[in-house]
Amino acid sequence: MIKIEKRNDVPMALYFFTPFIAIILTILGGGIIFYILGFNPIEALKFYFITPISNLYGFSELLLKATPLCLIAIGLSFCFKSNNWNIGAEGQLTFGAIVGGGVALLFYNQEGFYILPLVIIAGAIGGMIFALIPAILKTYFNTNEILVSLMLVYVSKLLLDYLVVGPWSNPEGFNFPETRQFSDSSRMPLLFEGLRIHAGIFLALAAVMLSWFILYKTYLGFQIKVSGLSLKTAKYAGFKGKTMILVVFMISGACAGLAGVGEITGPIGQLHRMISPDYGFTAIIVAFLGRLNPFGIIFASLVVALTYLGAETAQIFLQIPKYTGQVFQGMILFFLLASDYLLFFKVKILNLKKNELRH
Amino acid sequence: MYKNFFRYLISAIFLLGFSVNSNADFKVGFVYVGPTGDHGWTFQHHEGRNAVEAAGIKTTFVESVPEGADAERVIRQLAQSGHDLIFTTSFGYMDPTNKVAKDFPNVKFEHATGYKREHSNVSTYSARFYEGRTLLGHIAGKMTKTNTIGYIASFPIPEVIRGINAMTLAAQKVNPNIKTKIVWVFTWYDPGKEAEAAQALIDQGADVIMQHTDSTAPVQTAEKAGVWSFGQASDMQRFAPKSILTSIIDDWAPYYVERAIAARDGTWKQQDTWHGLKEGMVAMGPYNSAMGADLVKEVEQLQKDLASGKVHSFTGPIYDQKGNILVADGKVADDGMLAGMSVYVKGVEGDIPK
Repeated sequence: MIKIEKRNDVPMALYFFTPFIAIILTILGGGIIFYILGFNPIEALKFYFITPISNLYGFSELLLKATPLCLIAIGLSFCFKSNNWNIGAEGQLTFGAIVGGGVALLFYNQEGFYILPLVIIAGAIGGMIFALIPAILKTYFNTNEILVSLMLVYVSKLLLDYLVVGPWSNPEGFNFPETRQFSDSSRMPLLFEGLRIHAGIFLALAAVMLSWFILYKTYLGFQIKVSGLSLKTAKYAGFKGKTMILVVFMISGACAGLAGVGEITGPIGQLHRMISPDYGFTAIIVAFLGRLNPFGIIFASLVVALTYLGAETAQIFLQIPKYTGQVFQGMILFFLLASDYLLFFKVKILNLKKNELRH
Repeated sequence: MYKNFFRYLISAIFLLGFSVNSNADFKVGFVYVGPTGDHGWTFQHHEGRNAVEAAGIKTTFVESVPEGADAERVIRQLAQSGHDLIFTTSFGYMDPTNKVAKDFPNVKFEHATGYKREHSNVSTYSARFYEGRTLLGHIAGKMTKTNTIGYIASFPIPEVIRGINAMTLAAQKVNPNIKTKIVWVFTWYDPGKEAEAAQALIDQGADVIMQHTDSTAPVQTAEKAGVWSFGQASDMQRFAPKSILTSIIDDWAPYYVERAIAARDGTWKQQDTWHGLKEGMVAMGPYNSAMGADLVKEVEQLQKDLASGKVHSFTGPIYDQKGNILVADGKVADDGMLAGMSVYVKGVEGDIPK
């Protein structure tokens, strides 16, 4: 007989320690997979987790990759903490990039210090508006936000497809599905010459600070946390549930929109169909790995970004299939959920006598 | 002060890359847009890589590299890790390839299907797929009973429009009543969408289906519906043995081997390559016996004539949809016109999406 019981006294320290256990288990699990695939596990893990960041360029690429993940995950943490399951950050990112990119294209042949801020704000507003759709439908029509936000991802991707193929395609681009290159005034300033790391990282850091402040120092943050722990309590306390849902979705959407704008005005420099390799979905793993804590999310975004870079390096040096990167991301989430389960629940194996069983 | 420090540090890192370069063995890197098992575009580039490997040259490949921000890092890493020649095999890698090439003047770059060669170490190459389309048009014109040819198109870029036009012109030559119906799917690889497009064309009366997309879904749909089809990029016969009349095969192997050896021996020079049936970059799959011996013979002769230059896919008179003359009687279209082709010829239905 197996019996599962809830634990009552879970130490907070352990709660923040389990993500590390999950990462260690992932590395061990990865080693086993590499071994089964016929690679030297130590060497493979070295190419996976150390080689990509063994020089300044690699480290800057890690930060570049982690920036959108961190931004989106910070936004998602507001939703998830308050029991709002926004799965559509990818769509909000895309729509933010569309709106921000539209503004950048408006100024394609102009210079001016005001252009980039306009583009960034437009992107944040775009993401915000797109996140408001599932939020409004949820608050006023009782729809399921998981479904609505997820389906809207495809809507925004198809809209982007339409725009870059049709009305926004580069008139001198032989009909290739891409827009003009943005002017330098709508590009994120680079931090160092020769590296791609750009000012967008400050947006992510600002989001981390701001979210910490809102979550832990304001009444709104208190409402969010209480709603997350118990909706009934929140109602009893008289919190305005509807406003809060709208606000957390707007924050989440704005962050995703900023991530989208950061990509197109940073390393990409134009709109085309492949602006995000599913950052919006990967950021869900980041948010949970970071325990929905602003500083935890910084750490988590770096770890998950490393799985992307590692997958490339391991393929270049050892020809390990690139999809192991996704396997690693899946394993991290799996081990995290598993260790959470064991953290919050006790598994008891009861020794019953034979006749008792028969009875 | 800080800026200078970083500048030196970065150059030091790059130099480190170079020093590895000159000491290590000669290596060739490949960047693929899809998985090596797509049985289409990437599969054929991978076959080309296998040929380079068979010629005794070490190679590395990275598959499924998105055409967004990641491409530049992958290309740069290949350059940094001692690869001397790098093939980037999708149009979307054009800007990243040129950007990395600037920082690695000693590494050679070959970009497929692009037109930008901003630095002397960047070459571009593509194939005259339209010559294969001419053969397909000839066969389709003879085989169709409904006089309707269904065409699954990806993006309205010159390469795709050239294929549609070449096919239509050749089909009209053997069957003046031919109509070409087109469905634009706006993707290079999406089996679901491609299958739907094939079905839509079949429902509109097309009894010959061809595709400018990479999955095997259209030929499989055609096989089920009992209509004719053609394989794209690789020999797709085994996916639809009854339906496939032949396939246009992209054979990159000879070019890859030649360029790899040239780079190794120091004779590599920047060039813009556009090879066709003559050089073997475009090849045809086996012809289906259902075509009948006479038609097979005809097509084989046409294939020889296209290869030798006796016949050109775009020989005048050619008219656009409105009846304006595009190529005068007795003239052939020059490469400049082919490279920028953006209007349909007479006989194609519908408008180019804008």
